[in-house]
Amino acid sequence: MTEQPDSQPERKRIIRQRNLVLAIVLGAFVVLVFAISIVKMS
Amino acid sequence: MNQSVTLHPLPADWRDFFALTKPRVMSLVIFTGLCGMLAAPGHIHPVLGFTAILCIAIGAGGAAALNQWWEADLDAGMKRTAQRPIPAGRMDRTNARDFGVALSFASVLLMGLAIGWLAAGILAISILYYAVVYTVWLKPRTPQNIVIGGGAGAFPPVIGWVAVTGDITLMPVVLFAIIFFWTPPHFWALALFVQTDYAKVGIPMLPVVAGEKVTRRQILIYSILLLPLSLVPWWIGGAGAIYGVAAAALSSLFLVFAARVGMRTRSGEDDPMKPEKQLFGYSVLYLFVLFAALVADRLILGQGISL
Repeated sequence: MTEQPDSQPERKRIIRQRNLVLAIVLGAFVVLVFAISIVKMS
Repeated sequence: MNQSVTLHPLPADWRDFFALTKPRVMSLVIFTGLCGMLAAPGHIHPVLGFTAILCIAIGAGGAAALNQWWEADLDAGMKRTAQRPIPAGRMDRTNARDFGVALSFASVLLMGLAIGWLAAGILAISILYYAVVYTVWLKPRTPQNIVIGGGAGAFPPVIGWVAVTGDITLMPVVLFAIIFFWTPPHFWALALFVQTDYAKVGIPMLPVVAGEKVTRRQILIYSILLLPLSLVPWWIGGAGAIYGVAAAALSSLFLVFAARVGMRTRSGEDDPMKPEKQLFGYSVLYLFVLFAALVADRLILGQGISL
């Protein structure tokens, strides 16, 4: 794995981006399940 | 005085996880799945249709991640794959495995709950087929790996069709067969111009094991078989004239490209392998246009009876 002694800012940036993408994916999943439920009930 | 520095690896970027799903392969999987869905007789609510395609994409991504987890050592030895996240050292193998398993389970579960368990079952089979039967079992053992393994890429239109109709009929089986017979010439064309890479890591691809002459003949045989097979949807009434004319033209041209590969021999070590590269490029275009013609036929002529 890429290693840098002074990699703390880079580490934080990567983790922040990953968290953001995960939040977007989970949010989209909730919206999708909601939409599927509405379609299935109608 | 020696100063010890503790080095911690950087965590994998989200782009590395995305790359693990082989997005370029996924685009073809999504496209054929969507075409299978649009060509099927019947109607599916757009939200459910979107969900079905999403599940096919996520399942394909999960299988691709498992493939890269298993083949990380082989990928490291090939120029074409050495920059993938695991061999390049940007991702831990365990993370890749867990990501692949999670995507695979999620796609099958969502497909089952939202669309139906038949479509979910076929999706599960396609994931296992690619990740286990092809990657673990066939690829490192037999030069016919591509032929049998081609079945894995042939499932998406069947899943798309079943998502709409709820059952397996003759038409989705024919669509499966078309991709099945298209796969060997497509991959063997690639294998001809990257065979030194495959030989280096010990993958028994046909050009490596049986030689170029046999491979070129096999490419030609499968391309000859593909021509009548691509016309079957028209003959059995599952598609109309738009598809029939397109299939005849596309498959004839495919045969021309395949003949140029099948009837030549490499001129030397520095041969640019132009006909092989052209066949590989055309084979991708072929599948896109053939399935697009099937959908256009269905939308314009209203074919697509429940065969």
